[in-house]
Amino acid sequence: MGLRRILDDIAPHFEKGGRYEKWFALYEAVDTIFYSPSKVTVSPAHVRDGVDLKRIMITVWLAAFPAMFYGMYNVGFQGITAMSNMGLTTTGDWHGYWIELFSSYNPNSIWDCFWFGAVHYVPIYATIFIVGGFWEVLFASIRKHEINEGFFVTSILFSLIVPPDLPLWQAALGISFGVVVGKEVFGGTGKNFLNPALTARAFLFFAYAPQMSGDAVWTAVDGFSGATSLSQIAAQGLPALTSTSGQELTWLDAFIGREQGSIGETSALAIMIGAAILLITRIASWRIMSGVFLGMVAFSLLLNGIGSDTNPGFATPWYWHFVLGGFAFGMVFMATDPVSAAMTNTGKWIYGALIGVMAVMIRVLNPAYPEGVMLAILFANLSAPLIDYVVVRANIKRRLARNVI
Amino acid sequence: MSADTKSILLKPIFANNPIGLQILGVCSALAVTTSLKVALVMCVALTVVTAFSNFFISCVRNYMPNSIRIIVQMTIIASLVIAVDLILQAFAYAISKQLSVFVGLIITNCIVMGRAEAFAMKNPPVLSFMDGIGNGLGYSVVLIVVGTIRELFGSGSLLGIQILPLISNGGWYQPNGLMLLAPSAFFIIGFLIWALRSVRTEQTEKDEFRIAAHNVAEASH
Repeated sequence: MGLRRILDDIAPHFEKGGRYEKWFALYEAVDTIFYSPSKVTVSPAHVRDGVDLKRIMITVWLAAFPAMFYGMYNVGFQGITAMSNMGLTTTGDWHGYWIELFSSYNPNSIWDCFWFGAVHYVPIYATIFIVGGFWEVLFASIRKHEINEGFFVTSILFSLIVPPDLPLWQAALGISFGVVVGKEVFGGTGKNFLNPALTARAFLFFAYAPQMSGDAVWTAVDGFSGATSLSQIAAQGLPALTSTSGQELTWLDAFIGREQGSIGETSALAIMIGAAILLITRIASWRIMSGVFLGMVAFSLLLNGIGSDTNPGFATPWYWHFVLGGFAFGMVFMATDPVSAAMTNTGKWIYGALIGVMAVMIRVLNPAYPEGVMLAILFANLSAPLIDYVVVRANIKRRLARNVI
Repeated sequence: MSADTKSILLKPIFANNPIGLQILGVCSALAVTTSLKVALVMCVALTVVTAFSNFFISCVRNYMPNSIRIIVQMTIIASLVIAVDLILQAFAYAISKQLSVFVGLIITNCIVMGRAEAFAMKNPPVLSFMDGIGNGLGYSVVLIVVGTIRELFGSGSLLGIQILPLISNGGWYQPNGLMLLAPSAFFIIGFLIWALRSVRTEQTEKDEFRIAAHNVAEASH
């Protein structure tokens, strides 16, 4: 094939001693996008499987697509609805120019909503991809290793957990922090103990709180202000829930994702499609997902049972916790990151349950943060090595006890 | 100044930095660096305490029973810290308020104790004094860099003078809230150590283990 020949022809320039030796990482990245690498591991004690790191990462990337496409539609739907309620006919910035080029502002048209969302989402994703990719290439070139497909996952996950209003320079700064401090500092893919996408988000959350929290950022319309479902619950409790347009928000709405929020997190349904892909291909651990889910259910039932006169959040049932905020997204895509999660099977259950419990605990019991999934997962990331250590020690102890003569 | 004294004075700045290489005194570096002014005062306070505690401990080092030496050292250090604290309260009350407990905590600062134990107990008073000054300078370099970065990006000013006009005052700069929180100092110190060890590779620790080489062969296809 022509392309193969071109790549082979220019290969010597990039290999050791070649003119562009420094850029080998880039050459290699292009090559492996089109062709499967011809290098295979030959050392012993090697598990052979059709699924390699590249295929795992690409599968996760694809699994995030339903959430991404629904997210774009929903950013548009929420934005256009908010605009028509506010009596606006144009967004009045460069977004507006692109939107009006191909569509109008009709909340009932799927295309209009989708295009509105795409105009807001694609620049964010492109920024994240280019800036994060720059750091990946830089570190790969200096450390003389290959560029890893893991960045596909980090970039799409990070782009889906930011608000649609996010300024692009903040997106760039966030992903730089996530990739460099969350991953490369510790040696790159496979050695990061924190989830890089969540590290990036946590950085923005603490550094630029006005753009990452509060009431004004979750719908991509300037001047729009509306409390998210979770902060409504924290303030008034579940019965008071309303959507962007001021109507009652039903559970089904929340499940499908007709509410404002971070770009990819609103639709539990789209995320469940991704979860199905990840579970069928056995890429994500079902133990972690179940652990997160059960931990959340158990702790919210406990809170329901305790009850509180002053904090309406106590009464939120588990099936609402599941569909609101970033819980589903965190459970499916963030908690299951194989590098930062616990390794042992028992450990995965404990790790998952810790996330579920912590998420609800921060949501309900901490008055400062209406959402707690991000911090819960980062906390569990930190605890994962300890959990594994305890599980392994317990196992050794149990087996020793069995063999007492 | 002899070459020996010079190296004692200058080595702690980069070659053997108390924060960068020995990772001592980090907690105060987190606490007092939100504004450069406070960091500078802290630098002076710590340098003075380290220098004089080294000097006095070195003076009495040959008369100190070994079993109670820590208590004697602590007495000297604590007296100096109380003196510094009182001077600050008398002449710079506002800054002393901002430094709050951290002047008092110089007593437990590992750099002071570390230098007393590692250097002053074995060396004559003047050299010990120089060592204290040197280590104070090493600590100060890190604090000043961290304080500059945190104040500049966290509130857009340096020494209280507005450098980057804030959005809230009609300018363009949006302050980075993380810089005002203690974790940012961890990141900045981490980056400083990274930079320091990239330049001075001898400071890098040896790997605890090596991952065996990955054997790779060309498949036949």
